[in-house]
Amino acid sequence: MASINMVQAINDALRIAMRSDQRVVVLGEDVGKVGGVFRVTAGLQDEFGEERVIDTPLSENGIVGSAVGMALYGIVPVVEIQFADFIWPAYDQIVNELAKYRYRSGGEYSAKIVIRTPVGGGIRGGHYHSQHPEAQFIGVPGLKVVIPSNPYDAKGLLLASIRDPDPVIFFEPKRVYRAAKGEVPDGDYTVPLETASVVRPGRHVTVLAYGAMLYEALDAATKAAEKGVDAEVIDLRTLWPLDINTVIDSVKRTGRLVVVHEAPRTAGFGAELVTLVCERALYHLEAAPVRVTGFDTPFPYTLEMEYLPLSHRILPAILSVVRS
Amino acid sequence: MSSEQSKRSGSSAPSAIVSVLRDDGTLDPAHDPGMSDDEVKFLYRHLVQTRQLDERFVALQRQGRIGFHVGSLGEEAAILGSAFAMRKQDWLFPCYREFGAALMRGLPLQTLCDNMFGNANDTVKGRQMPCHYTCKAVGWASISSPVGTQITHAVGAAWAAKIRRDDAASLVYFGDGATSSSDFHSGLNFAGVFHLPVVFLCRNNGWAISVPVERQTATHTFAEKAVAYGIPGVRVDGNDVFAVVSVTRRAIERGMRGEGPTLIEAITYRMGGHSTSDDPNRYRESEAVQAWAARDPIERVRSYLVQRGAWSDADDKALRADIDARFREAVAVAEKTPPPALESMFDDVYAKVPWHLAEQRAELVAGPRAPSPHG
Repeated sequence: MASINMVQAINDALRIAMRSDQRVVVLGEDVGKVGGVFRVTAGLQDEFGEERVIDTPLSENGIVGSAVGMALYGIVPVVEIQFADFIWPAYDQIVNELAKYRYRSGGEYSAKIVIRTPVGGGIRGGHYHSQHPEAQFIGVPGLKVVIPSNPYDAKGLLLASIRDPDPVIFFEPKRVYRAAKGEVPDGDYTVPLETASVVRPGRHVTVLAYGAMLYEALDAATKAAEKGVDAEVIDLRTLWPLDINTVIDSVKRTGRLVVVHEAPRTAGFGAELVTLVCERALYHLEAAPVRVTGFDTPFPYTLEMEYLPLSHRILPAILSVVRS
Repeated sequence: MSSEQSKRSGSSAPSAIVSVLRDDGTLDPAHDPGMSDDEVKFLYRHLVQTRQLDERFVALQRQGRIGFHVGSLGEEAAILGSAFAMRKQDWLFPCYREFGAALMRGLPLQTLCDNMFGNANDTVKGRQMPCHYTCKAVGWASISSPVGTQITHAVGAAWAAKIRRDDAASLVYFGDGATSSSDFHSGLNFAGVFHLPVVFLCRNNGWAISVPVERQTATHTFAEKAVAYGIPGVRVDGNDVFAVVSVTRRAIERGMRGEGPTLIEAITYRMGGHSTSDDPNRYRESEAVQAWAARDPIERVRSYLVQRGAWSDADDKALRADIDARFREAVAVAEKTPPPALESMFDDVYAKVPWHLAEQRAELVAGPRAPSPHG
């Protein structure tokens, strides 16, 4: 057990996955020799060689398309897309090929790959190093969408994702890559997919968050407590398929809901979360649910801290939903 | 060859067109693949079967009994010759015009017909249009309609085989239109960089639906695009099954020696529409079609066999009758087979049905049925 950051935890998970399963390969831009632009794959090529830790040409659709072919053949590719902002050239492969392969082949084939990609803002990255596009993947039947918020979950969820039979989009909140530290066991373990975590139990309002914004939600909850409001904060961890029971049980207890995400508001995941809660727990709600999100603009550079749904915006939402 | 495609030759890159079967019925020893008469007869039977089934499927579509067909009229030699050259352990990544090659590899005719009707026995469970079958048992990948996406899959499969030290190559089919796709570029580039055993089989059939080859590229040939990826490009008479077998075998041998991929441009002609949904008379003159008819890939093989005393009109008659009998039987069974169960719509999205799909399945089953089946 050691206190490590999320980059180290993910690196550890990849190393364990590659040691325990010869079929696992890692491929992407700059993942080999330099160990990734965020150093997540550092040292892997030294241990596993150039054939299993592959520096590819600069082509996201080539990387994902090749990985689909590898998976059909029977190896397990773990792809790194350098930033989620760069994933779109591969979107056709992800939506039309990867996500549908099992279904459209009647189960004869499956295209089991994991796509790891850093997401989110607050790192002075501008439009193209800051976006948080989970909604565009949650809405694709056949994909699982996972996002850890801390090193323990990152390691356990990535190992679970690699060993899960379905394709997984694994978002890594890069703003807390190094800031989030915690105790992580040295050995092999998994955190089950499709399970949310009640990070802070509370009685008055349910706050749903994930990735880097979890910390903002927790900060807001701490400040709300100073004002006598007891917020329950849930880290969704797997965005889809959602751990619906944990969410609904919480809302039924608290009667109030705040949803936090970095992505733009309109047709964002928050819309789905609020709808699910309304469909299942409307008569338990004592106030209209509130979304605290990024705005419906492209991600701005200079004003990024105003764009992000940080604690200073979550706190008033928590207070207003409880007092309304 | 009298069409626009052959006029396009003349660049400094690979402009020579490999051909084997001469007009006088003899084979050019320079590229003769050395097939026995039995092998040629095997290929011929499958060529005839492909042509005949194409006609039958179009008729079924016109009668409203199946929803769609996308055929290979005129392109049979390019498709079957290349598949014939592939070994049992190799993988084939189809475009969507290659059912004849799948049957030759071992796809059961009944399975194909079940797919054409999208019935309960369809291996893809009625989830895709006709001609979008799958057959893993014969190394046949799943078919998708988007153009070019299978190219990178073939690269990945060959890559995995190489990583595992397996003696296996992949062949990927695509048309001239797909050479404009980003997957063509990525696929050839990746395969070139990593020296992967991939055969890129471009059927230059002159048309991408209504768009002629001049609108796909400014290069003189498609084969010369290989130069940009550091790999060989070969032009072959796609209506000469001997030549197609020969160049494909060389490409596999090269791949298995670790020398990397090959781009083959098989020059042929799409004698029919793009699919049953297309009327080519709206955008092309019949002269070109007539000129290509004189180069019919199946008739050329028939002449060769007859000249060698290995085939007769009676053999043809028997072959055609046999194909029709088997086809009629398979269609009768497929047509009688009920559609897939409602519940099956929700299987195989994920390995296990998650809660939201279980809920939606229950909702569908309990809810009202759609007014009437179509198609």
